[in-house]
Amino acid sequence: MQDFAGEFTQAFWLMAHFDADLMAIVVLSLRVSLSAVLLAAFIGMPLGAFLAVTRFPGRRLVNVLLAALMGLPPVVVGLLIYLLLSHAGVLGPLQLLYTPGAMIFAQTVLVAPIIAALARQTIEDVHGEYAEQLAVLGVGPWQQVVTLLWDARYSLLTALLAGFGRAIAEVGAVIIVGGNINHVTRVMTTAIALETSKGDLALALGLGVILVSIAVAVNALVFGLRATAQRSAHG
Amino acid sequence: MAEALVLPVTATGIVLARNGRRLLDVPELQFGGTGLTVVLGPNGAGKSLLLRVLAGLIEPDQGTVAWAGRRPDRARAPRLGFVFQRPVLLRRSARANIVYALKVTGMPAGLRAARADAVLAAARLEAIAASPARLMSGGEQQRLALARALALEPELLFLDEPTSSLDPASTKAIEDMLRTAALAGTRIVLVTHDTAQARRLADEVVFLHLGRVLERADAASFFEKSAAPQARAYLEGAILA
Repeated sequence: MQDFAGEFTQAFWLMAHFDADLMAIVVLSLRVSLSAVLLAAFIGMPLGAFLAVTRFPGRRLVNVLLAALMGLPPVVVGLLIYLLLSHAGVLGPLQLLYTPGAMIFAQTVLVAPIIAALARQTIEDVHGEYAEQLAVLGVGPWQQVVTLLWDARYSLLTALLAGFGRAIAEVGAVIIVGGNINHVTRVMTTAIALETSKGDLALALGLGVILVSIAVAVNALVFGLRATAQRSAHG
Repeated sequence: MAEALVLPVTATGIVLARNGRRLLDVPELQFGGTGLTVVLGPNGAGKSLLLRVLAGLIEPDQGTVAWAGRRPDRARAPRLGFVFQRPVLLRRSARANIVYALKVTGMPAGLRAARADAVLAAARLEAIAASPARLMSGGEQQRLALARALALEPELLFLDEPTSSLDPASTKAIEDMLRTAALAGTRIVLVTHDTAQARRLADEVVFLHLGRVLERADAASFFEKSAAPQARAYLEGAILA
């Protein structure tokens, strides 16, 4: 039986002393995932809102596709982006492969459908309530999108949260396009996988604890924000 | 006087049916001029549908609606105000709700604040102007919705049972605002179930039953001796088949 008590102690020692390697991995993970969520939000939020307020032939099909894309397997996305970014790929000249940029790209592709689909649902609910009022004010479709995104902003935090959860916990895509290079593209999930395979459970556990802590902290922050908004009837 | 952009509002040959049932059948109806018209009728008469069709919110199966002789369009929509039975207020303060309406209808930024303050004062809402609109009481919310509609200085204002869930004091406040608006020249069409309210406010009554306009008369003669037997039965409190 392995001495997990010893591993835990070492993991907490690393965290308590802000171990440089550990912190570099944590910071890179946050940088990559937050950037991806931000980019995905810029794509997914307006797309979701647009799908919620407009009617066009094939809209239902787009919604079904979007829902299906929410479950994209990360390794498949990683592979496709690897092909795009590889030397012979369409985006090869960008030389992004094995850089944090490639990881942000991959996570953006994974997260954008989640944000778009959840935003569409949220905006559709608010639009159901606002539609006639906005129509009598003569508000056009784009202005409606802006209004609905603003008024639903606290509810939309849930979509960002889901996107962030997907990004920060994802390993399959970033390991393919990032390569898990030490001090360059090693993030928490890929490091956990590597350290576990090497038998260095202390670092793996330390990273695991931090990963879970970040998830809990982000959830708590969002729930706090939503509760504040609901108290002031803006939710 | 500025050129009329929506008045008169005219419906011609309107038919609207759902599931094989004719909900509206209005060969000819026009609202122009001035004054306050009350649309009366039992539940399911098609009163709310009629307003929505005239406001361009619902496309009829047959027939046409014209605003000042032309098809309804988004650019002129703000000139036709609409207050719904349940006020639809944005997730913002009372004042921001009015400022938003002024902004999206093209009022220059420098003029919005003064206009918003003026209409909030007229609705006696200035003390709670900064409060979140959706935390206000039902009466305050409906006054705000009416104030927002009036802030745009509509030529014609539709109201769909705006006081149906309000207490007498809130109802009186809304009625006072409507009288003031009508005196200022806003053409008003009010849907209500409340015959007492209709007697208090109406210059003219349109009686609707099963989607058809059965009678249109000035208020005094309608309430004294309505021509349509269904209207007489309705005023006597009978359930119409």
